[in-house]
Amino acid sequence: MRRAGRVALYLALALAALTFIYPFLWMASSTLKPPGEVGTLALIPDHATFQNYRIMWGRAPFGRALLNSVFVATSVTVAVLILGSITAYAMARLTFPGRHALNLATTAVLLVPGQLTLIPLYTLVVQLGWIDSYSALIIPYLFNATAILMLRQFFLQIPQSLVDSARMDGMSELRILFSIFWPLARPPLAIVAIFTFMGSWNEVLWPLLVVRDQRIMTLPQLLTVFALGGGAGTLGVSLAAAMVLVVPVVIAYMFLQRFFIESMAGAGVKG
Amino acid sequence: MRAERRAGWLLSAPYAAFLLAFSAYPIVFALALVMMHWDLVTRPSFAGADNLTLLAQDARFWQAVGNTFVFLAIHVPLQIVTALVLALALNRPMWLRAFWRAAFFLPVVISGAVVAILWNALYATDVGLINAVLARVGVGPVPWLTDPLIAMPAIAIMVTWKNVGFYVIIYLAGLQYVPKSCQEAIELEGASAWQRFRHLTLPLLLPQTVLVVTLSTINGFQLFIEPYVMTGGGPLRRTFSVVLYMYTNAFSYQKMGYAATIGVALAVIIGAVVAIQRRLIGQAEAM
Repeated sequence: MRRAGRVALYLALALAALTFIYPFLWMASSTLKPPGEVGTLALIPDHATFQNYRIMWGRAPFGRALLNSVFVATSVTVAVLILGSITAYAMARLTFPGRHALNLATTAVLLVPGQLTLIPLYTLVVQLGWIDSYSALIIPYLFNATAILMLRQFFLQIPQSLVDSARMDGMSELRILFSIFWPLARPPLAIVAIFTFMGSWNEVLWPLLVVRDQRIMTLPQLLTVFALGGGAGTLGVSLAAAMVLVVPVVIAYMFLQRFFIESMAGAGVKG
Repeated sequence: MRAERRAGWLLSAPYAAFLLAFSAYPIVFALALVMMHWDLVTRPSFAGADNLTLLAQDARFWQAVGNTFVFLAIHVPLQIVTALVLALALNRPMWLRAFWRAAFFLPVVISGAVVAILWNALYATDVGLINAVLARVGVGPVPWLTDPLIAMPAIAIMVTWKNVGFYVIIYLAGLQYVPKSCQEAIELEGASAWQRFRHLTLPLLLPQTVLVVTLSTINGFQLFIEPYVMTGGGPLRRTFSVVLYMYTNAFSYQKMGYAATIGVALAVIIGAVVAIQRRLIGQAEAM
């Protein structure tokens, strides 16, 4: 390409990248600005202060919400990995009547829009008495159809000879799964782990339905309630609360961005 | 293989039970709820076709559907164009390629709730960042979220910004299959860059475009947290989305039967719209 063209391309890309990054930088810097300064474009605050964070921490249980989010997202991710692998293993490597039906049902589940089942799921959770409990946030997410199909696809490619010789050695099916399949399946397991964790970490509609008690709220829900209810007072305080949710994600993303992109783009396409 | 059969059943039983409880039952119960009045406190009562007649006459529901179509009419084309432009720009060996890609993808990993709160600040009429930038070039101030005609387009632009990185990845994957030899051959024929794009790249990217249209449409029908946080559905209910209306009926009015009816109707509308889009794209391709 001509030199001028290349320069123009890089300038355009830099400008585009800036529109994606600058708002987050501005958000971070705004949390350190006193109320009068928030509206300015500058990234470096004139009078940096932790006031916004102090106010936010004092007004709503954000520490607790952070722990809730970590607990819920971790539980869901561990469950989806372990239970999903067990299911995928059975569907990929064991022959039993009903396997085909299970496969079809899993594909069908992915085609049903979530809006269709949202209200009946909500009424189910109400009847089970799970409102304002971690059960409501975790149990409906224990299995994930996308994860099962992804892992099944991978497990199908592992040579049968490995399974046969392991069975010859008297290994149980679960031991074959966890000591032979899992070490081979690290890449798909990582992909499943990332999109499951991120999905749970960022979810807000479901918690808004099933949780009203601030002590059970996850971070995105508390953040939403806090920003909407006027509890925040000023913009800087709202943004400070948002930072608590974003910073762990951005740090993980900086180190693992290739996996994040592969995982979240892949899950979206398959889901 | 008796043992294998038993192991198969044993290992898949938890999932089968889960599917029955959290997928099959809610689907069936959604249809049952359509024929019920239920406030979750008193016993549910049979509603016959009440919910359906109410839905058919409910101006608020149809306004929400209309709002969603306004959203889609802006969001889907904008999403295709922005994703395609960024993907084409990145589709060559270049300096910092991974960085550009990561930058465009950044909003995809951020919670929709955070993006909504952040853009609420960016769109603020008096102190917002966007109006501050526009003021530098002598435009504005634009009442982004308070003008009934601008609010939904503003939300559509924001959602496009949030998701574009995801669709860039889809297009980049598709661009790998545009053969270099074809590019060069058509270039030798004297085709301009635009002609190459129009007659070679764009047709070859059709499967990706179909995917972008389908996914961004389905995603658009799920619009909830953005109006919930940014506008509360206003001004003049112009940003009230169908999911927000469903949520309001369930959570604020305790009308489970009617909320479920909205959910079923939405599923039908999504299915119909996606089917129509696919037909139209198929016809356009045949031309």
